[in-house]
Amino acid sequence: MNPRITLATTTRILRQLRADHRTIAMMLVVPCVLLGLLAWIFDGTPVFDRIGAALLGVFPFVVMFIVTSVATLRERTSGTLERLLTTPLGKGDFMLGYALAFGIMAVLQALIATGFAIWVCGLDIAGPKWLLVVVAVCDALLGTALGLLVSGFAATEFQAVQFMPAFVLPQFLLCGLLVPRDALPSILSTLSDFMPLSYAVDAMRTIAAVPEPVGEVTTDIAVIVGAIVLSLALGSLTLRRRTP
Amino acid sequence: MNNDQGGRQSGGSTPGSGAAVVVEHLHVVRGERVVLPDLSVTVPTGQVVGLLGPSGGGKSTLMRAIVGVQQVESGEVTVLGEPAGSSALRHRVGYVTQSPSVYADLSVRHNLAYFAKVLGAPKDSVDRAIDAVDLRSHADSSVGTLSGGERSRVSLAAALVGDPELLVLDEPTVGLDPVLRRDLWNLFKRLAHEQGRTLFVSSHVMDEATRCDRLLLLRDGEILSDSTLPELLRRTGAPDAEQAFLALVDEAAANPREAR
Ligand SMILES: Nc1ncnc2c1ncn2[C@@H]1O[C@H](COP(=O)(O)OP(=O)(O)O)[C@@H](O)[C@H]1O
Ligand SMILES: [Mg+2]
Repeated sequence: MNPRITLATTTRILRQLRADHRTIAMMLVVPCVLLGLLAWIFDGTPVFDRIGAALLGVFPFVVMFIVTSVATLRERTSGTLERLLTTPLGKGDFMLGYALAFGIMAVLQALIATGFAIWVCGLDIAGPKWLLVVVAVCDALLGTALGLLVSGFAATEFQAVQFMPAFVLPQFLLCGLLVPRDALPSILSTLSDFMPLSYAVDAMRTIAAVPEPVGEVTTDIAVIVGAIVLSLALGSLTLRRRTP
Repeated sequence: MNNDQGGRQSGGSTPGSGAAVVVEHLHVVRGERVVLPDLSVTVPTGQVVGLLGPSGGGKSTLMRAIVGVQQVESGEVTVLGEPAGSSALRHRVGYVTQSPSVYADLSVRHNLAYFAKVLGAPKDSVDRAIDAVDLRSHADSSVGTLSGGERSRVSLAAALVGDPELLVLDEPTVGLDPVLRRDLWNLFKRLAHEQGRTLFVSSHVMDEATRCDRLLLLRDGEILSDSTLPELLRRTGAPDAEQAFLALVDEAAANPREAR
């Protein structure tokens, strides 16, 4: 790995994004629209205060997963990845280049979505707001890392999108958003312990409910960061220089 | 398999010395198909070597093996004295894939700037590469808005920025008009004859044989001929490369074992 090449890759990806207004809208606007919609649906009930924070952890994850898996798959099908792998670019440069570029987008996304939820939708948060942003960024990075991993198994953009239900929906159903995790049947609750999204939702919930959540949330964040590192490492294993 | 070794640098007789690429008993299977059964060939340094043959013959597969992105069953590929694909080679070998592999959503200049950064090339290499492929007037256009021929020139330029010792070019002149084709072949010759670079260039258009210092004819994964064009014409008695190729195919069909 080489910092010059990693940063050049990040710059190149951000330049590509700048030309792609639809993807930028998907990253920055769609989470706000969805949050706004939910706030409106549950207007006048306590539901939004219960799930609003959790959703702040779910949307960045889903959006970044889709955007990343399609972007890297395009890189495979266009032949640019094959060419890059004959250059001094290391697999780690490629993975980290993407993680950094989408990490920067994740910070923007988290700031906008969190701000929108609190000031426009009137979400009540007991803990510090900056911590919501931290968890949201980790979560978006988790989506990016899983997207990078999964795109290695997809042959077409269509397949990459099909991975969404396979990878994301189970996590969505079991993460505690619909039914609190400790109220799930024991097998399902154990399963959810192995799903990184669960920790993001736990963390968001804690921040929303507890005024001094830092200690409690640190463990959750550590688990998410571990899952990010693991996915990136596995992802660079699925990047093969030699293909059939 | 090197039945004709009259080149300027006797390719094949002493693998490794004076040879940019030495392929020995390469066996490649893709899917269920044996694409290259047992291929041995040498590419001499400092020349423009053409790899000609009908499509489906295995040209791209051989090139992929040389740049180290093809899974191979067995055999050895040595490039500039190192095993193909080894990390020491990654800034010494430039590869242009058959379909243009550049970013359609970036401008020509931004594409080349990225590849220059990755290859550690100096800044002015971008402008030089743009001039070499005659895309100055499109330098700031997004690659997605260019024609197919222009796009493949961007893809070529992305390999030129690194000024590699060996350039492996998969059908770089397909779909270009005759003037541009001539200019690019002249560029290849200059790189080889004036700067000592080695160019390994494939094409399925037999006419391009006249542009190469040396020719490899590849059909169904087998090298039918490895010589200069005049030698090939003399040996087959054919008037041009296309006729010579047909003569060799007929010869091989009539006499499947000893033809080579
Ligand atoms: N990814 C692949 N999987 C399976 N077979 C392939 C693949 N790519 C090419 N082939 C087969 O390998 C053979 C040689 O292809 P190729 O090297 O691309 O030939 P050329 O470049 O001379 O047209 C063809 O029969 C082709 O169908
Ligand atoms: Mg080909």
